Amino acid sequence: MNYSDVFREKELVQGLARRIAELTRGRTEPLVFMEVCGTHTNAIYQFGLRSLLPPEVRLISGPGCPVCVTPNSYLDRAIALCRLPDVVIASFGDMLRVPGSSSSLMEERAKGADIRVVYSPLDAVQLAAKHPEKRVVFLGVGFETTAPTIAGSILAAKAQGLTNYFVLASHKTMPQPMAILSADPELQVDGYICPAHVSAIIGADAYRFLCEEYKVPCVVTGFEPTDVLQGVEMLVRQAIAGESKVEIQYSRVVRWEGNAKAQAMLADVFTPFDAPWRGIGVLPGSGLRIADKYAEFDAELAIPVQVEELKEHKGCLCGEILKGKVSPFDCPLFGGKCTPESPVGACMVSSEGTCAAAYKYGR
Amino acid sequence: MNNDLILLGHGSGGRLSHQLLDELIIPQLSSVPVKGQNDAALLNIGGVKLAFSTDSYVVDPIFFPGGNIGDLAINGTVNDLAMMGARPLCLSVGFILEEGFSKEELSRILASMRQAADAAGVAIVTGDTKVVPKGKGDRIFINTSGIGALEHNLQIDGASAHVGDKIIVNGCIGDHGIAVLSAREGLEIDSGIKSDSAALNGLVTGLLTLGPALHVLRDPTRGGVATTLKEIALQSGVTVTLNEESLPINPGVKGVCAILGLDPLYVANEGKLLALVAPERADEALEIMRRHPLGKDAAVIGEVTETSAGKVQMETLVGGMRGVEMLAGEQLPRIC
Repeated sequence: MNYSDVFREKELVQGLARRIAELTRGRTEPLVFMEVCGTHTNAIYQFGLRSLLPPEVRLISGPGCPVCVTPNSYLDRAIALCRLPDVVIASFGDMLRVPGSSSSLMEERAKGADIRVVYSPLDAVQLAAKHPEKRVVFLGVGFETTAPTIAGSILAAKAQGLTNYFVLASHKTMPQPMAILSADPELQVDGYICPAHVSAIIGADAYRFLCEEYKVPCVVTGFEPTDVLQGVEMLVRQAIAGESKVEIQYSRVVRWEGNAKAQAMLADVFTPFDAPWRGIGVLPGSGLRIADKYAEFDAELAIPVQVEELKEHKGCLCGEILKGKVSPFDCPLFGGKCTPESPVGACMVSSEGTCAAAYKYGR
Repeated sequence: MNNDLILLGHGSGGRLSHQLLDELIIPQLSSVPVKGQNDAALLNIGGVKLAFSTDSYVVDPIFFPGGNIGDLAINGTVNDLAMMGARPLCLSVGFILEEGFSKEELSRILASMRQAADAAGVAIVTGDTKVVPKGKGDRIFINTSGIGALEHNLQIDGASAHVGDKIIVNGCIGDHGIAVLSAREGLEIDSGIKSDSAALNGLVTGLLTLGPALHVLRDPTRGGVATTLKEIALQSGVTVTLNEESLPINPGVKGVCAILGLDPLYVANEGKLLALVAPERADEALEIMRRHPLGKDAAVIGEVTETSAGKVQMETLVGGMRGVEMLAGEQLPRIC
């Protein structure tokens, strides 16, 4: 048995599910927990965990898929950049299918744009070193988990003296949107399944203000089935006892203070800014842009380009879905006009998107 | 969105490929409406029953652990014929070569084609070679077409799944896709996984002894086991229920999939078949497979549970239940 199988043991998982059922039996109002992170959303669907939970516990998905919360305006800029003859776009694969106002990167690639899928931003740095005649733009999208590697790529490019490597940065940071959701009177969340790997960077202490200000339980939870159900059980126990504190279920990885080295890299290379979230709007201090001292690597500043006028897709409920207010099945476009082949909204694109997971596993 | 262009996903073998076939290619090329697509056409020429199939190979890289584009091109078409229960007889080969391609590499590819054809017992009887200018192709593309003899009266096709049928696979899934992916530039992973590229006609010969208890044979290539089972479920109007615990998967494939966020159910195979067999003969089918070198890891992975509009579901490792859909978009382009 290997390391990951231990956390997928059927008896353990079903034992946890039974305990959750016993703890919540007879409740008239279900307990609603939001998993904030897209990897949790995917794991919950992939392992069919909802089907193991009692009706007294409802899991809803939040805004934690980086591709899904990336706004149209960002895609439009990336598309405008890829149309420049000497620009190579390097990106994680999921971004290619995200629709912008009138096109997508995949469509642009079919029309001849040079768009490469890479698995690490350092591959993009290598690409730039190999092709000094090109300008390589990496699409820096993601939360605190991926942001340090992208910071690392900028530092690597600087160390190599590269002048043709750029990042189009749209990083998001985690606790802020949870505060917005907690303050939303339409949304009753009884507890957060807090992100696993984001928390490894920022530390579990980052959620304390949520518990104090909004009286909502927070459990930092791992991605394996036993992790998720143990996290749910910890939330159930807090909710029943009327407590609201931060707990770490994922203690084999996450510390209260987080990863100091990664935090220092982020503080060096990036500056917090008011980032636009798809469907949610501009949230104060919720994103990371490239710091002034690294401005020569900022694609937005270094490569001026005409970006087309923003058009939002009508009828798409991604915004409400990202806030956990409606389920994908409530969206009139879901499965009809909006499918993984021709997504209307970003939630249908990424494997971590709520709609894509619901489409693939949930029907 | 602009729908006028061919996207890489149209070649994925998944939903987009189906759309392209159903909406554009088949309506314009076929005078007969195609009810459900099988791996080969069945022809009756003056009382002689033949199976006829064609396939093109654009795999990148052309050499990968466990094989190369040459043996893939032989085995792939042999398998398409074998999945109709036909005995593959002869193949044609068409090469599209890019100016500047190395003769040494071509020679290695030809040698493995010859070897694969001999192993499968098929003759290469006709062919064609074209060369395109540098930059207008990618080293080498190969097309093979094949003819096979149908020597039985069994109904073996995607529309013949019955409620109760057991679903048997002849070994570990996902090896080919992961072997090719591991060999790709920029991703050199030492997974130790080799492509399963192999001709399955020998294995099929054994399975044909099951007679009418053998209902469906399919090789889960592009789109993987999930997409192939969804196609069968739709064609037959049944629900297929998989048991995740029983899926044979190499630990190396599991590992690479976990790192890259891939699902082995959607990863391509080139030496695997799915057999749907009446329950009372399933043990025997399993025995036949396990006696064959290409079936020693054979396993029952699920069954046909009810009639429906065409659904695939899976009991997960931890006892949950979830749906299984066709591959959407491209998981890994140019895998075969």
